[in-house]
Amino acid sequence: MEGEIPTLAVEGLKTFFFTKLGVAQAVNGVSFTVRKGEVVGLVGESGSGKSVTGFSLIGLVDPPGRVVEGKILFRGEDLAQADEDRMRSLRGRRIAMIFQDPMMTLNPVLRIDTQMIEAVRAHEKISEGDARIRARDALVQVGIPSPDERLKAYPHQFSGGMRQRVAIATALLHKPDLIIADEPTTALDVTIQGQILHEVQKLCRETGMSLIWITHDLSVVAGLADRICVMYAGKIVEKGKISDVLDSPLHPYTNGLIGSVPSHNRRGQPLAQIPGMTPSLLNLPQGCAFHPRCPRAGASCLVEPDITEPAKSDHQVRCVNPHLETS
Amino acid sequence: MMAEPLIELRDVSKRFVKTLDLAEKIVNFAGGNLREEVVHAVDKVNLHVDEGEVVGLVGESGCGKSTLGRVIAGIHAVSGGAVYYRGKDVTGLSPEKAKEWGLDVQMIFQDPMSSLNPRMRVRDIIGEAPVVHGIVDAGEMDNYVDDMLLRVGLDPLFKRRYPHQFSGGQRQRIGIARALAVRPGFLVCDEAIAALDVSIQAQVINLFSDLRQDLNLTYLFISHDLGVVEHLSDRVVIMYLGRVVESAPTEALFDEPNHPYTIALLAEVPRIENRGRKFMPIKGEIPSPIDPPSGCHFHPRCPHATERCALEQPILREVAPARYSACHLNDEA
Repeated sequence: MEGEIPTLAVEGLKTFFFTKLGVAQAVNGVSFTVRKGEVVGLVGESGSGKSVTGFSLIGLVDPPGRVVEGKILFRGEDLAQADEDRMRSLRGRRIAMIFQDPMMTLNPVLRIDTQMIEAVRAHEKISEGDARIRARDALVQVGIPSPDERLKAYPHQFSGGMRQRVAIATALLHKPDLIIADEPTTALDVTIQGQILHEVQKLCRETGMSLIWITHDLSVVAGLADRICVMYAGKIVEKGKISDVLDSPLHPYTNGLIGSVPSHNRRGQPLAQIPGMTPSLLNLPQGCAFHPRCPRAGASCLVEPDITEPAKSDHQVRCVNPHLETS
Repeated sequence: MMAEPLIELRDVSKRFVKTLDLAEKIVNFAGGNLREEVVHAVDKVNLHVDEGEVVGLVGESGCGKSTLGRVIAGIHAVSGGAVYYRGKDVTGLSPEKAKEWGLDVQMIFQDPMSSLNPRMRVRDIIGEAPVVHGIVDAGEMDNYVDDMLLRVGLDPLFKRRYPHQFSGGQRQRIGIARALAVRPGFLVCDEAIAALDVSIQAQVINLFSDLRQDLNLTYLFISHDLGVVEHLSDRVVIMYLGRVVESAPTEALFDEPNHPYTIALLAEVPRIENRGRKFMPIKGEIPSPIDPPSGCHFHPRCPHATERCALEQPILREVAPARYSACHLNDEA
């Protein structure tokens, strides 16, 4: 809708890590928006900067890393300029994060109820009894059976899938406007992943919550997200509606990624592979970082390409020689 | 009778027993009632792999697929049943004789960092075994290692480096080169590409396909990733909680899965073609193998379960030519 303030608007975000070996430009000028109730997939391989982007949004980048530039507009408020007190009051209440490993979220020596009640009361002045009811309801919401008993259990008494549900329930306690999920189903089995995706999808539809789903797995995002951003070496190389990007990818990297997915290929045929490997962030190639691996690279690729919209509006690509004939 | 299978398992079981420690024995002595915990990781599995075939072994975590792979590679001894390799029973062989079999069956592991010695140079990692086993002379080792590295797509100039100086995909190639160096006929790949990035995964999958053609290799490809298995395998075997529930040629299995677990598993695989789909998962989780459900292990999660499923264990039997499934529903049809 025109005029509505998006839940999140990131503009030119740069997060660098100042290491002894040099400056690693982990996130280098990332811009995207997340509207209300929208699921945005942030896809990339290891080292593409997708997780650092997620951590930057919520102010959890540790030294030697630092957000050096850019705006993180959360409902109009710039989080890049917010002080630690303000971030603390937002974190967990208005913006929540789910990590790949739920044991990162959960304290192994405290019972689930202790942790969840603490999370509720950290932001709201309510009685312990009310907080317990809130925690119980959150567990029901993510489909945990017999929540009253489960509240009294310790994290190690849960299976991996159940732990991840508890982590999601904890993130939901304050009905946040935005959840950042960093590879939350990567460590889970297929059937358990299906269950979690089902719950998350339902929650977004029912509550109007926005979601950023960070993953390396295009297939998961294909089923879940409304829009997708593909990252490579710290930059978004392509973004747009999920059907536009996956059906007619413009960037050679996106095209290569889709070609690499086995289920997308004919059985027995060799997979369309991308040669080489992701470059080191300390030593990025000149110009377009993908050009040494790109089948369409030319002399013009040695200059940093701008974001353009060569095919459709709202389908942007950072490439001087995009795949236009396929669209 | 068809050609003899390369490897055949007959009623192979693998149990892990957690014995009582001293404190627990004292508790028992004082009138306690603690028992040893037994995990039936693999429960009477029959499986055969023909020469030149690629068999995909699929299941979720805890289903016993990795244990089965290790039994086949000779890393774990069986607790029951027998393993036949080229028609010979290899379960009770003397170490001398087992060596020949052990060289012919090699394993590739999921995490190359934990399966490569971090203090050895690549040259020694790959070259040590063939020299020890007399496949090449020590003087020929360098040339032999160069050949192996070229074969898996690595530059021979890297051979004086250590494993940590390589990326994940390159390390996995070193693991493959090490396995190939003793000239095996059969490779057990245990989640060999699960830890790699998508674009690197595709490179290694292609490498496996090329090696198969060049060297006439047979693979047992263990994975939880159905997309990868569908792409690589001739035949797929599905395991659930220590038992084989279905086995069929790849295309037949993906077109028309028979067992309710296979159907559920296939429905859950995220596919890039499916946009904005509604996820309709199967309920529940894999039960603990310490205390598996009675009858059919899948019945508590199965949408079609009847009384019989809770009582009687279904046996794996042929439901169509070359297709095997262990489900009571097939009796009614």
